[in-house]
Amino acid sequence: MALLNTHEVLETINMIKDENLDIRTITMGVSLFDCVSDDEDKLCGNVYEKIVSSARDLVSCGEDIEKTYGIPIINKRVSVTPVSLIGGHLSADGYIKLAKTLDRAANALSINFIGGFSALVQKGMSDSARRMISVIPEALSETGLVCSSVNVASTKAGVNMDAIIEMGGAIKRAAYLTKDKNSIACAKLVVFANVPEDNPFMAGAFHGMGEPERVINVGVSGPGVVAAAIDRAGDCSLLELAEIIKKTSFKITRMGQLVAREASQRLGVPFGIVDLSLAPTPAVGDSVAHILENMGLEQTGCPGTTAALAMLNDAVKKGGVMASSSVGGLSGAFIPVSEDAGMIDAVKAGSLTLEKLEAMTAVCSVGIDMVAVPGDVSEAVICGLIADEISIGVANTKTTAVRVIPAYGKRAGDEIDFGGLLGSAPIMKINTISPRRFIERGGRIPAPIHSLKN
Amino acid sequence: MKAVITVTGRDTTGIIARVSTECAKSGVNILDISQSVMQGEFFAMTMLVDMKNASLSFPEFVDRMNAIGGELGLDVRTMHEDIFNSMHKI
Repeated sequence: MALLNTHEVLETINMIKDENLDIRTITMGVSLFDCVSDDEDKLCGNVYEKIVSSARDLVSCGEDIEKTYGIPIINKRVSVTPVSLIGGHLSADGYIKLAKTLDRAANALSINFIGGFSALVQKGMSDSARRMISVIPEALSETGLVCSSVNVASTKAGVNMDAIIEMGGAIKRAAYLTKDKNSIACAKLVVFANVPEDNPFMAGAFHGMGEPERVINVGVSGPGVVAAAIDRAGDCSLLELAEIIKKTSFKITRMGQLVAREASQRLGVPFGIVDLSLAPTPAVGDSVAHILENMGLEQTGCPGTTAALAMLNDAVKKGGVMASSSVGGLSGAFIPVSEDAGMIDAVKAGSLTLEKLEAMTAVCSVGIDMVAVPGDVSEAVICGLIADEISIGVANTKTTAVRVIPAYGKRAGDEIDFGGLLGSAPIMKINTISPRRFIERGGRIPAPIHSLKN
Repeated sequence: MKAVITVTGRDTTGIIARVSTECAKSGVNILDISQSVMQGEFFAMTMLVDMKNASLSFPEFVDRMNAIGGELGLDVRTMHEDIFNSMHKI
């Protein structure tokens, strides 16, 4: 073949056909700063108009690219400026109305999620952010496509425990308000430390303050491709394994870079970043846990899991960074429980516990993600879980997050099914001994020192 | 633009004839072709084509090729060459 060799062509085809390689999402970031108004209706009207006019061609453009390049593009999404920054005088009810406006815009565009019902409160809470956070449960239970995130800590500011207390309550209430739908509102709500402002993945996507008017960010996927490459490598040393992962990650990310460039060009919107994450889906052969098992673990969760995951995460980044002109977002291996067939199996078999999962999040992105726990777990325990996870991020200067579902009326060992990409989650056992007195002290955990490292 | 057509599946008589006839009908010029039959029955072909003088749009051509795949019971994919270039060339 003139420039291509058959082996390479068939390798690409095989990745798409048999190993679930896909572009997970094209996410358009849209700034809402120019939508500000002191009139509630006018603000909502401006927001609707801005989103719909900005992303009018997003879905059709994504479908065209999909057809031209023969690569599936699973999701087309929009992220907006954290609404707490543009809400101004909006009342709590006004924020619910704004959430419904976002939902209406998302439906009009036929996108599958819209992110940015968000607030950044790592150091303290403005009145506006407080009103917004107070209605997150209602906003998420009364809409279908809106995603919400709150950054409660950063390495520079420390941990805002007052905000964590608010979020513990919000998560429990969101679970209750959607008790007839397996507490699904909690699957659309993330609590962050060191949140990235250009993340294309939901539920944590929003359009950060330092971002341009509009931007195209792309999230790639491909756990199946990495797992298959490791499988083919057979009994090689860890150094060789790292090389294989790097090369595979490079190829996957190049695909993301191509799609991002193409989408940016066609839509006339600047290219932002490629997020080089390994994002699993519940589909067979699309699991991060199976990569770890192909690396040599009997089952994910066994001793050695953290080491294998650390190596995987590092190699993915090393390979991906060279493949794209601009890398950002969450970039790493995701370990959501409900969205990963191998993780679900490991939990069911008793190999993977919540405590091991927490350790794993210290070396990968993102955190305690899509973990279902019994519905009767106390608010204080949820807050403790959040504080622990968030502290791992703060101390290690990395992003961590919690997306936990205290599934109303369910007990450990039960299972809930969300369908689609969100998958189904076994209810995990959680230590219910209370950290209440520690949490209720409130205030902030100071920012960590960055010398005297040990 | 240039595109790569790949055909994989069980070998039968006349696969290349069928694909190239369709290309000719659509004004799509074949630049290069490579084909092999593995283990006596698995057919794999890759074809580089030029769409410059095509009489139909690329998505329409993709649909037409997919239809041939359906007819012959083979996996036929028609993709912009850049996806392979970006993945395999630095």
